[in-house]
Amino acid sequence: MPESLEITLPALHRGRARVLAPCHLSLAPGEVVALVGPNGAGKTTLLQAIAGLAPERARLCLGGRALDRAEIGFLPQAFAVRAGLSVLDCLLLGQREALGLRVAPRLIAEAEALLCQLGLADLADRAMHDLSGGQQQRVLIAQRLFRRPKLLALDEPTSALDLHHQLEVMALLRTQAQTTSAPVLAALHDLSLAARYADRVLVLAGGQIEADGAPEAVLTPERLAQHWRIAPEILRARDGKPVIVPHLSPALVPDR
Amino acid sequence: MTARPGPVSGAAPAPAPVSALERWRARAARQGAAVLIAALALAAFALLDLMTGPSGMTPGALLQAALAGPEGSERAAATIFWQIRLPQLCMGLIVGASLGLAGLLMQTILANPLASPFTLGFSAAAGFGAALAIMGGALVPLPLPGWLLTPALAFAATLAATALVWLVARLRGTAPETLVLAGIAVMFFFQSAQSLMQFMASPEVLAQIVFWLFGSLLKANWVAVSVSGTILLACLPFLVRDLWALTSLRLGETHAAALGLDVAALRRRAFLITALLTAGAVSFTGTIGFVGLIAPHVARALVGEDHRLGLPAAAIAGALILIAASVTGKALSQGAAIPVGIVTAVAGVPMLLAVILTKKGV
Ligand SMILES: Nc1ncnc2c1ncn2[C@@H]1O[C@H](COP(=O)(O)OP(=O)(O)OP(=O)(O)O)[C@@H](O)[C@H]1O
Ligand SMILES: [Mg+2]
Repeated sequence: MPESLEITLPALHRGRARVLAPCHLSLAPGEVVALVGPNGAGKTTLLQAIAGLAPERARLCLGGRALDRAEIGFLPQAFAVRAGLSVLDCLLLGQREALGLRVAPRLIAEAEALLCQLGLADLADRAMHDLSGGQQQRVLIAQRLFRRPKLLALDEPTSALDLHHQLEVMALLRTQAQTTSAPVLAALHDLSLAARYADRVLVLAGGQIEADGAPEAVLTPERLAQHWRIAPEILRARDGKPVIVPHLSPALVPDR
Repeated sequence: MTARPGPVSGAAPAPAPVSALERWRARAARQGAAVLIAALALAAFALLDLMTGPSGMTPGALLQAALAGPEGSERAAATIFWQIRLPQLCMGLIVGASLGLAGLLMQTILANPLASPFTLGFSAAAGFGAALAIMGGALVPLPLPGWLLTPALAFAATLAATALVWLVARLRGTAPETLVLAGIAVMFFFQSAQSLMQFMASPEVLAQIVFWLFGSLLKANWVAVSVSGTILLACLPFLVRDLWALTSLRLGETHAAALGLDVAALRRRAFLITALLTAGAVSFTGTIGFVGLIAPHVARALVGEDHRLGLPAAAIAGALILIAASVTGKALSQGAAIPVGIVTAVAGVPMLLAVILTKKGV
């Protein structure tokens, strides 16, 4: 019986300012959690702290054992890669610790299978710096998956993707989370996407986790108006999931 | 990492004409062949280097001297082969390989294609140490002979420069900008100290200092070869350990760190190894520019950015450039060979321009 991942965060500071109050997060095995909030709310700060790349250290505990930062698949928000390494090289680097003077054929075959699954097989021999932004982002997500982490912490993993690939990546993350039982924590700006694919939504606002729960419960018109300063129209998709159509609140539209 | 079930259970890969594994092997074979060809070219130039020199010995006489050993009956020939040409060749190989490796390390950890072993001021420091030794030796009689004192002080000064940059890195972090700025400060400091000494030196001492500053293999002897060679060999295991870490760094600092790499520690290790390799190379020969700048570009053109082949390729390319410069220097001026430092600097400018003009990525 897999246990949930317990994350304890101290207060997080950037510069002199306090960005987030201390908090505790519990992620169930295989859970997909969306981290949402307006620009500057502290999503990146939170994910960096979890990934062990911030001055403040988060404590991650899985079944009584502390997780090392090498066990977390963290995808930073700014991802542009200028390397001439091939896509396959890049994927293999996800298993950096397992690579020696010779690369095991098993690893190459597994990397190829993952590229195929993500529809990236045609790009396998292309240089990273010759890819489009969205292609790079998909390769980098694949690399983090190839690490087989205990937690995937992704900062805006769909920011450069077209509509098809947004759905594909989110669906893949769900499948991965279920098959490996490693939870996914992803910062997202697209609230409809978050509502559709996440089991749980965390709203960061006002320097704290302001709401935490099922998408339908958390993404209320009042909350959207308060933190995002929009007048939302909330529709229902065929599958009953909320779809958020944003409108500028009348108060914010400049007079003609 | 232990073998855990792959994240892709049950997904059959689309039938591709050639599997990734076969293409991977084909690429490895191609790159291996490129390195082999470079190594053969190096061997050819090494032979050529042995056969050329101001004494104008015939290849036959050289071969005889080589076969007769260092104690051969033809004293002149034995001395020329065993005490001049062979140590100079070995020194050229070691210095070229050291500078090539150090250059690739610098370009990787600073993520800058125009970095070189001298970017952090090591050559200026070595020059200062050498000038200090030459001047000191001229002023007061010292227990050490000049040919040993000069490299010893050059080495010590390089280590002092290393310590300065290291201190800055410990205090302010290892971001490339920080390291480069610290290096520039160190370079200006040692350069002006050395200029001051040149200014105060007598004409004879000044001539000696200037001669030292032209990197040249003429200063080579077996002691120099064994010291520099030992340093080079001692650094290799550390490089092997970090092969994949260095390759990861090509993805950029953020991604390397997200892959669990301690980027600051890697930068500090690589920077120390660069300092040792550079000090070992230039202390005995003087400053030889451009080899450490160009060799990494040649290596990347041959084998890409995977450091498993990139480091050997950079070492071979560095040695090749240096030995080719040595052969050229001897061919251009029959009497006294033009120092390799001058040849590489002159030949390096068009090579550098070619690098800038054809630059792709970093
Ligand atoms: N290096 C820094 N120095 C000072 N303040 C910073 C620094 N980095 C971030 N901040 C501030 O910290 C706050 C949180 O930033 P963070 O990057 O975590 O936001 P975010 O939720 O990821 O925003 P976005 O949606 O724009 O990515 C912001 O107010 C930002 O201005
Ligand atoms: Mg952010």
